[in-house]
Amino acid sequence: MLARFNYLFRSTKGLVLVAIALIALVTAIWGTLSGPMVEWGVRDVTVRALGMQLHPAEREGRIIMLYHTIAMAVVAIEVYLITHLVPMKPHEPGIINGTITFGYISSMVFGLAFAYFGHHFVFHGLFLFGQSLVFFAGLLLAVALWPWREAYHIRDPRYAHAGRIDLERTAFFVMAVATLGSALFGAVTGSYWGNGHETFLAEDLIREPHKTPLQLAIIGHLHIMLTLIAVALALIIGRWFDYQGPLHKLSMPLMIAGTVIITLGVWSVVPFEPFAHTIIYVGSVLILLAALFLVIYGFRKIIHDRLAEQGIQQASFWQGLGALLHDPLRFGSLWQMVYMNFTVSGVGIFMAVKLDEIFRVWPAREERIALTGHWHILSGIIATIILLYYADMAGLKGRIRQWFGWLVIIGSDIAFGAVTVFEMKRLFVSESAQQPLVNWTMALADLGLALVLTVLAVLMVWRLLDLFKRQGRWQVEFEETALPDVGSEMADRLPPAREVAS
Amino acid sequence: MKRILFPACLLIVLLTGCAPPAVGGPPPLVETGIDPESWARIPAGEFLQGQHDHETRVDYDYEIMVTDVTNAQYARYLNEALAQGAIHLTSEGVVGPYPGDEFRGYQHEEPVKAGDYLHIPLDDPGLRLSWDGETFAALPGYQNHPMVLVTWFGARAYCQFYGWRLPTEVEWEKAARGTDNRAYPWGDEIARNQANYYSSHDLFEKIVGGQGDTTPVGFYNGQTYNGYQTLDGASPYGLYDMAGNVWQWTGDVVEGAHYRYMRGGSKANYEYNLRVWTRNNAAPWFFSPNVGFRCARDAGD
Repeated sequence: MLARFNYLFRSTKGLVLVAIALIALVTAIWGTLSGPMVEWGVRDVTVRALGMQLHPAEREGRIIMLYHTIAMAVVAIEVYLITHLVPMKPHEPGIINGTITFGYISSMVFGLAFAYFGHHFVFHGLFLFGQSLVFFAGLLLAVALWPWREAYHIRDPRYAHAGRIDLERTAFFVMAVATLGSALFGAVTGSYWGNGHETFLAEDLIREPHKTPLQLAIIGHLHIMLTLIAVALALIIGRWFDYQGPLHKLSMPLMIAGTVIITLGVWSVVPFEPFAHTIIYVGSVLILLAALFLVIYGFRKIIHDRLAEQGIQQASFWQGLGALLHDPLRFGSLWQMVYMNFTVSGVGIFMAVKLDEIFRVWPAREERIALTGHWHILSGIIATIILLYYADMAGLKGRIRQWFGWLVIIGSDIAFGAVTVFEMKRLFVSESAQQPLVNWTMALADLGLALVLTVLAVLMVWRLLDLFKRQGRWQVEFEETALPDVGSEMADRLPPAREVAS
Repeated sequence: MKRILFPACLLIVLLTGCAPPAVGGPPPLVETGIDPESWARIPAGEFLQGQHDHETRVDYDYEIMVTDVTNAQYARYLNEALAQGAIHLTSEGVVGPYPGDEFRGYQHEEPVKAGDYLHIPLDDPGLRLSWDGETFAALPGYQNHPMVLVTWFGARAYCQFYGWRLPTEVEWEKAARGTDNRAYPWGDEIARNQANYYSSHDLFEKIVGGQGDTTPVGFYNGQTYNGYQTLDGASPYGLYDMAGNVWQWTGDVVEGAHYRYMRGGSKANYEYNLRVWTRNNAAPWFFSPNVGFRCARDAGD
């Protein structure tokens, strides 16, 4: 029992598994409270079975707490991966991961308890306490990522550097600091709740000509937090691919500058709203360029590695394409970033360009659908990239790897594509004639999401059953990624950093 | 073959679930017993406005229609207004004059200049009126359904023609909510047989399928229709359809925005859109099969 506990809470792979499992559980239960599940009557069953209390006036507050609990777990997964991939003092991963684990689980359990099962204010206090721990873990992470420590100076010129400073590490550091500041941006505003600040969903205020500074701050907070989660993930995926070379040297300065500019742009939305969007656009372009270079590098690397495995010197186009697609987990993690441009960035830019001409002619509730679909897709894409990476970490091989990878990619892309068409349906059909299109897009979205959730459920059940084995995969993973005890012999060793090793 | 059998079966099961909208004749004319010509009196006084229950005072008594304006009422108005020259027909549809709004040049604000604006289109399949070249009439079965596909200009013109006005948002909300902090006009819970909303499986949804159709005004009044038992959805002041069926235009012109606000939610929305404080808005020239209106007037008019 203790060995399994150690695996789940004291190894990177175990911690990631716990967080994914908890998110899957929350998604499975709370996903029944909206959309087609309401139409099919499943919500009523869930509410009755679990004794949920859903007062209509508290819907927005409940949703905000639900988003926060899931976001905390996603942030925790990224922190686990960063402490695993980025060199730091050996005792630091254990402290950071322990703090954030206690924090996100507290905020998840007590946040959901407060929001859905009665308003005991002890629950609310513990929800905030959990979030505070997550913030504190972020502070520790920023300290651990400090790029100017001599031990972390770059020694391999293939990686982006400025002098001896590792620019990739700097990008992680900047992202962490920007995230901490942006969390405060929301937290300070939240502290005015009941004292001049009222609960709202950003999509409900889109057309208000006069927004209060507190409303602007919250709108900025939610946008920048999701952006920074995406930035962190792009950096993590770069590490997975051992991103290096000329494109790496272009990407990292762009990522650093983009992160700084977009963060300052969002923070400036309160005092300088008319200019903030221009600053944000500049930062977005830099980050998107950095991610584009990562995708180009990654695709090339996948092809190169596969062709080398096959011993092919001069590959045809089809051999190259076959090599690119042979591993859906690695291909998918980058492809989803490309697909995001069709379903999120592209749609967002189109909306911005045609806002007054098209979208602001529609009723606000139609525009609201486009906005909520937009960021649900972005969150979903982030989730699928994490899943694909985790599946690789979990050692999926052979046909299972193929099935899992392709079902996640195809299922999610069908769903996200269908939702994008649904969001934009007024471009193609009038309200009076929309029903067939609505039926088809909703059916495809449900089908795609069902595929993804089914393979996720299978993966989770497999990992659960594995825990009951005496010599299961969990034991191998524990040995691979166990965190050193603070003060142990292992903790005194130098980090197994690529910089130091090379 | 075996490999694709299960996915193929799954696909067939899912896709057969999305049947095309049922095509049938006109719906039966359902008499609800609620008179669309009736008005309710709302007394002056305080009420709790919005989701966060802000104490708000309305300083005067006013009256508001018990139901949405129906197709039959609007057809009658069109015939009268056409005869008097208050509106006219163009290739676009019925149009009429509007004096224009003050333009302040806010971001995203569109000018609403003085001129003729569309009241209703005549070529939209969602319109429940017929036009034989001389007279407008409500389509059979739709006489007592709410008038839809009417722009804000068309709604305002109807009310003004009879010396009334569109209700302000505050007037609308007080009429829907009364003086306590209920979420829906009848209380805090909503049932599928209490209002017409997306997938509420009402009688008319079964007839036309999918997104459904409007229900007759005052349909949800506790009566049983052909075995379909409704719950009473009246507001504390006896108004019907203040939640669901069709969004209702309100009369406010907001400084710095050309949008006009709507309340009540519609047959095409999930139930949370039916809460009394939920707002929707669109340009005043927007029309939709999910948007209608009702009028208000000063007490004693």
